[in-house]
Amino acid sequence: MATVKFDEASRIYPGNDKPSVDRLNIDIADGEFLVLVGPSGCGKSTSLRMLAGLEEVNDGKIWIGDRDVTNLSPKDRDVAMVFQNYALYPHMTVADNMGFALKIAGVEKSEIRKRVEEAAKILDLEPYLERKPKALSGGQRQRVAMGRAIVRSPQVFLMDEPLSNLDAKLRVQTRTQIASLQRRLGVTTVYVTHDQIEAMTMGDRVAVLKDGILQQCDTPRHMYDRPNNVFVAGFIGSPAMNLLEVKVVDGGVRLGNGTYPVGRDHLKEASGDSVTMGVRPEDLTLTSAGQGIPVVVDVVEELGADAYIYGTASDAKQHQDVDESGADLPERPFIARVDGRRPPQKGETVYLAPKEGHVHMFDSESGKRLGD
Amino acid sequence: MSSSVLTEEAIPASTVQHGAPGTRGSAGTRAVRYALLVAFVLLVLLPLYVLLVTSFKPSADISADTAWSLPHRLSVEGWGHAWQTLSPPLLRSLILAVSVAVISSVLGAMNGFVFARWTFPGAQVVFTLFLFGMFIPYQAVMIPLQAMFLQMQDTAPFVDGIVKLIIAHCIYGIPICSLIFRNYYATAVPREILEAAKVDGAGMLRVLRSVVLPISAPAFVVAMIWQFTSAWNDFLFALFLTTRNNGPVTYALNELAGGQNPDYSSIMAGVLIASLPTLLVYILLGRYFIGGLMSGSVK
Repeated sequence: MATVKFDEASRIYPGNDKPSVDRLNIDIADGEFLVLVGPSGCGKSTSLRMLAGLEEVNDGKIWIGDRDVTNLSPKDRDVAMVFQNYALYPHMTVADNMGFALKIAGVEKSEIRKRVEEAAKILDLEPYLERKPKALSGGQRQRVAMGRAIVRSPQVFLMDEPLSNLDAKLRVQTRTQIASLQRRLGVTTVYVTHDQIEAMTMGDRVAVLKDGILQQCDTPRHMYDRPNNVFVAGFIGSPAMNLLEVKVVDGGVRLGNGTYPVGRDHLKEASGDSVTMGVRPEDLTLTSAGQGIPVVVDVVEELGADAYIYGTASDAKQHQDVDESGADLPERPFIARVDGRRPPQKGETVYLAPKEGHVHMFDSESGKRLGD
Repeated sequence: MSSSVLTEEAIPASTVQHGAPGTRGSAGTRAVRYALLVAFVLLVLLPLYVLLVTSFKPSADISADTAWSLPHRLSVEGWGHAWQTLSPPLLRSLILAVSVAVISSVLGAMNGFVFARWTFPGAQVVFTLFLFGMFIPYQAVMIPLQAMFLQMQDTAPFVDGIVKLIIAHCIYGIPICSLIFRNYYATAVPREILEAAKVDGAGMLRVLRSVVLPISAPAFVVAMIWQFTSAWNDFLFALFLTTRNNGPVTYALNELAGGQNPDYSSIMAGVLIASLPTLLVYILLGRYFIGGLMSGSVK
């Protein structure tokens, strides 16, 4: 077991000017479960592969424990990896798949057998040890891939979207199993996913990446409550945070017909005369007509205890994410969580006000968080 | 024949289903289609028919007028004579073709693996140069090759006869075998399996031996059929690198067919005997079941 440290680690693919991973700095504690999350192409898998030694590090360093592994080949790093498509050896039995690394390391046959059986017991794979991968179900194959990592007792586990090929139900089940297994074994783990729910539920800490740049690395709770910038605010949380462009006025910001009070120190750093305001769906309450943000309800999702309304904010201009190509993304609906027993009707206009102290302010230009 | 096997192996089974004409078209077009197919089959089989009937005729009965008719009297004299003459060179051809098939496939597997999955800077250029090797005609290297072997005679006298041919064909087979294996590894073997092996602690040779070679059977089948056939069928190299006493069956067949008074029944029988092994290789290896070999590896 060991700590892991990305120290200004960068990766530029040949033929690209822009780095795919740009000066990444993360310190991972011994035994920690760190999740790398972000949209596709953000560099999360590349970062993991750099740590595995499968991807060259063009600049900076990577440390495992007190060893500089930047230029070591994968076999000398003492890491185990679980691949998205499992990458089992098709011609070997489950037992041979799991024991392959030990066999290469020259471990005695009886010892290999013992450790494979232990791992198989943990993963409920005992009846399948003599089968070939093709005779296994998707979930079983996933567990063999896990088992292959476990038997080695490596210093670090690397997992590259290991659940994305499972069906929804199995994914949720396996999610919990992996998290508890990691806690039990206490092996430092770096886990890559594009699914922010997986990130929030599994990680001790979550690192959000975008365009190869680390946006924020924090505990799930803290990241949810205090996102560093507009991107993290919109990415973490489901349904996503509402983001609105609002005008700065005396004593706060203009919201609907009224003024929402915001502390002066929050707004003094703002670069323009408007700011981006973020409110989570659960931090909105219905108010009486004329106050707050008027929203025309388009869709009502009833989930039993709660209901979510999706609508169009009729006057406030909503913050639009712009993707790399420069095109506006489709307009995001305004989302609010309401009492599931008395939801508004489709087509109705409702007035929503953010709860006091539960809004996030971001600079409209830089996207950075303003104030606390 | 060899090229058709190559493409069939290279194209996934699902795309080779155009041979199911019964599912489309009216009865009329279907009849025409079958008639054409049968006509072509007959056309292809005609020479074989002449070979077969002539080989069973006594020498005295053979003439151009009766070439198409069935033998009046059955005789295996031709077969006996052909077998007697051809059996030593047949054995030599067998050694030649098997050695060439095995050695050049193994070399091709190693090259193909490096070109596809363990690349180095400049690999693309080296691979392109390799491919040029496929377009060098035999005739172009005849004299330098002969000169090289003559020079070797003093230092390595055991390089003679079949051994010369083995060396020549193995070298000539490297480009095509490298290409076959490179394409197989680049498309059919997922990169992640090799990466998993690397992370598991395997070096290059270990990855090749423990992971790559065991799942290369389909590529071996293709490369070995190809190399077996081209070594077996080669006449040109045999002609200028070997003699009647140490040459392969193609050389001996030429000897059998030459001369003032050709014995047609033995020639025909000899041709059939000499072509049987390649036919057997197709039947045995060509039907090798490919599907499902990689299944279960990923996803």
